[in-house]
Amino acid sequence: MAGAREIRTKIKSVQNTRKVTRALEMVSASKIRRAQDLMKASRPYARLMRQVIGHVAKANTEYQHPFLVEREEVSHVGYVIVSTDRGLCGGLNANLFRRLLADMRQWQEKKVQVDVVCIGQKATAFFKRLKVNFVGSVTHLGEKPRVEALIGAIKVMLDSYMQGRVDRLFLCYNDFVNTMTQKPTMSQLLPLPPADDIDSKHGWDYLYEPGAPEIMDHVLTRYIESLVYQAVLENLASEHAARMVAMKSASDNATKLIGELTLVYNKARQAAITQEISEIVGGAAAV
Amino acid sequence: MSTIRVDVVSAEHEVFRGEAKLVVATGEMGELGIAPRHAPLITRLKPGQVRVIQPNDEELFLYVSGGILEVQPTVVTILTDTAVRAADLDEAKVREAKEAAERAIANQMDAKEVAAAQAELAALAAQLQAIDRLRKMGQKH
Repeated sequence: MAGAREIRTKIKSVQNTRKVTRALEMVSASKIRRAQDLMKASRPYARLMRQVIGHVAKANTEYQHPFLVEREEVSHVGYVIVSTDRGLCGGLNANLFRRLLADMRQWQEKKVQVDVVCIGQKATAFFKRLKVNFVGSVTHLGEKPRVEALIGAIKVMLDSYMQGRVDRLFLCYNDFVNTMTQKPTMSQLLPLPPADDIDSKHGWDYLYEPGAPEIMDHVLTRYIESLVYQAVLENLASEHAARMVAMKSASDNATKLIGELTLVYNKARQAAITQEISEIVGGAAAV
Repeated sequence: MSTIRVDVVSAEHEVFRGEAKLVVATGEMGELGIAPRHAPLITRLKPGQVRVIQPNDEELFLYVSGGILEVQPTVVTILTDTAVRAADLDEAKVREAKEAAERAIANQMDAKEVAAAQAELAALAAQLQAIDRLRKMGQKH
């Protein structure tokens, strides 16, 4: 019966694992909803901001903010990488990093230096080992990220851009498509690509207090911050969705494994009984 | 009596949306009272109160920690900051982010040292085992 007992302990351990994965699955399922609400709540800000930028840019064609001007020569690029703090969320981070690495290699082949700012524990742990300039990091944002917590990480890159140490800035995160799909996404933050959704037909100009350059500077900085903040929220929703799916499949696998092990256990038990009987019968016959 | 639409949003959530007879806010260059059909204006806000007088004469007080006020003839948009912002405060946050990065890299050194120490430990353990075995063989003879 030694084999049978081993199998029984194995079944027990798989059952315990299943309890954990089930619990994680349910926790994530409830957190997705909250993350999505946060995502929705942050949208009007970015939309209104885009409007303001459109208006100001239209009205002041003579003033070109550095954030809007494409630079001819690119010798440095920056990445703001949004990842999760915790693991157990399937290939979410790995997929993003793989895409990023391919992209970075292309830059490095062109002798372009790469600077990174990492948001989230996973990206921090990953990119500090690579041959890139690791300039900033923010971790442990929690379930309700605050814009406040991101300011430093973003400003590092914006300052570099203003001083000409970075010529292009990208934002990388997982876009939340739906619960089953999260898309690794890379978008250009700086220089800001011209948006097409801005209506161009309005004939008036603002009164500026103080001047247009100061306002533009302020608005653009806030806009970039809101973009990064939204990316963090998208990534948060993606994290919970990915974790829920990963944990669901883990629970399913555990259930399947328990079934198979039970079968093996029953066979082993039966074989032991059969053997015992045949031994007794054999013994009786010998007498 | 005409009214003006007011949108107050922050990066984290929508704060207020509705009609108003008058909006009073503290701009960078001074107090502003915005009535319907105000000329288009854009300004930065100082941290302080925003007063919205609603059509039923009810007053609504909002606290903003800075932000941007945009006025179009029929719409007032206030994009508020979620936190008090100042250049030196932001600077401190930059330092924090940089330090976090440096710490992460420093930790990696620790990890390397741990790995090296572990390798050394494994080698020493192997030597010890070998010595032990030799001693036992010596006893047998």
